[in-house]
Amino acid sequence: MKTLSKVYNGLIFAFLYAPIVVLIVFSFNSTSSRVKWSGFSLRWYEKLFGNAEILDCLKVTLEIALLSALIATVIGVLSALGIFAMNGKLRKAFLAVNNIPMVNPEIVTGISLMLLFVFVYRSVGLLQPGFTTLLIAHITFNIPYVILQVMPKLRQLDPRLYEAALDLGCPPTRAFCKVVLPEIVPGVLTGALMAFTMSLDDFVISYFNSGSSAQTLSVLIYNMTKKPITPEINALSTLMFGSIMVLLLVINIRQIKDMGQKANRS
Amino acid sequence: MKKLLALLLCLATALVFAGCINGGTNGDSDAWDYTTEPKHEPTGVTLNVYNWGEYIDDEVLDVNAAFTYLTGIEVNYKTFENNEAMYAILSSGAAEYDVVCPSDYMMGKMISEGMMKKLNFDNIPNYRYIGEEYKNLPYDPNNEYSVPYTWGTVGIFYNSNYVSEEDVHQNWDILWNEKYKGKILMFDNPRDAFMIALQKLGYSINTTNENEWNEAYELLAKQKPLLNQYVNDGVYDMMTGEEAWIAPYYAGDANIMIYGDAGNEAIKFYIPEDGTNFFVDAWGVLKDSKHPDEAEAYINFLCRTEVAKANAEYIGYSTPHVEARKVLDPAVGENPYFYPPENVMKNTDMYLQLDDATNKIQSDLWLKLRQ
Repeated sequence: MKTLSKVYNGLIFAFLYAPIVVLIVFSFNSTSSRVKWSGFSLRWYEKLFGNAEILDCLKVTLEIALLSALIATVIGVLSALGIFAMNGKLRKAFLAVNNIPMVNPEIVTGISLMLLFVFVYRSVGLLQPGFTTLLIAHITFNIPYVILQVMPKLRQLDPRLYEAALDLGCPPTRAFCKVVLPEIVPGVLTGALMAFTMSLDDFVISYFNSGSSAQTLSVLIYNMTKKPITPEINALSTLMFGSIMVLLLVINIRQIKDMGQKANRS
Repeated sequence: MKKLLALLLCLATALVFAGCINGGTNGDSDAWDYTTEPKHEPTGVTLNVYNWGEYIDDEVLDVNAAFTYLTGIEVNYKTFENNEAMYAILSSGAAEYDVVCPSDYMMGKMISEGMMKKLNFDNIPNYRYIGEEYKNLPYDPNNEYSVPYTWGTVGIFYNSNYVSEEDVHQNWDILWNEKYKGKILMFDNPRDAFMIALQKLGYSINTTNENEWNEAYELLAKQKPLLNQYVNDGVYDMMTGEEAWIAPYYAGDANIMIYGDAGNEAIKFYIPEDGTNFFVDAWGVLKDSKHPDEAEAYINFLCRTEVAKANAEYIGYSTPHVEARKVLDPAVGENPYFYPPENVMKNTDMYLQLDDATNKIQSDLWLKLRQ
């Protein structure tokens, strides 16, 4: 039975990671073939760092992901606090509204945002389709994810702690920062991380809202697909995969260390 | 923690290393060195250019950088994947561009809808290098709006190790040959697939006659069991890897499939003499452009012989630029795959924009076929 479960686990992991392994291996191929191995080479990495178009799109993608995650987290946390303070019925209603954008097909979100931006631009001349509209679009679809991550943490929070802080003469803002925030930080971080990855992932909404000045990586790669995709994209994906792996390792190691310290203290 | 540091250090070194090797190379003695000409002061103008993906040289000669160096005009260069997507973005107003490069029939549609601006050819003196046979084509009959950039035909790629020449040189018949069952690929897009069926039947590729479309559908349905699969860019791997032996595709892709670094020399190309599609991708300036003069300067720059040559070599599609073709490697410039003889060219047809009713017939039949 144990071996069976091991085999099963192995299969699942192979299934999940085989595409990534293939992608990484072929980023080191010396020709552009996607099926035949012709020798080890770093030429695609070299080409990647010389390709201004790809690097430019990478910059836009990262800027949008970071900024939208940051702004969506701030708005999301504030909204979660507001929604949490509401009475039962109202809270339910707001949470339902919050869920709609997440189940709404992306293409509908993308096109409706585009139509809105075009309308505003044509009628008042504000919000020319470009970086700003792309950023707004990403913040829009990121907020619900943050709210969803923060709400459960607020529910777990003992409201008496905050009240106690106020009773002891702490001003509300300070009480929030010192008492509430540290308790909900894990939720806030997960929300921010999710927002970041959702933004990095997004293709459909970016496609319609990037205007002429801000193309994201996913749109660029899609536009390359008429010709065989160059292994530069493999190289780029490998580097991104590597960076995210490192990021995850850092987070996990920190958590383990924290837990260790807490255990020591108690 | 130490391990983590080591890992980070490794990654950092890898990045630095990758950065270093980049600095070393870039030597193509053949490339045009534009820096020998005087650098232009920045003009503060940014031109928005909308082109197909992978459709301009940015390796041997960085065309956009050269343009900025010589004219002081910045280029904001963006790409699209197909004509329809580009049209959707432009017509909805979701983005503002100055210069755009649609294919023939889409250029015709955009001209007829008033989206394009008439060009001032005084600003495009290099237009004189464009061959006469690429001017005044049906999509722009008096050639007022567009300047051809690349062109090509559709033909049949086949692996000469497995497929005999006599079998192939039968117009489109090889694609219905039972002998090669399971080794044939077919276009996974309705326009090109129906083009082949209509050509084989001897009908116009722009027919509006529903019966002719139905006949073409029957023909494609008959072909379906013989196919390995319908493909788009999967064609490269399947043909070079010899999983399939016969595939209709665009002439310019011989550059990848046969002559590319992962190409297969056994693959040959044949253009049916009785008729195929002849396409042109052309530059034009959008009506709403705020910088029409700069846009025309850009088009003119693309028609400089050095630039046209670099682009022709990078893209691999045929160039309409007479002087550029002369300075191309004769293995390319005189290659009948890319520049077919007159007797083949005279039977080719261009796509026209289909009317809504015909479009619906086409997409309905295509859905029925692909179910």
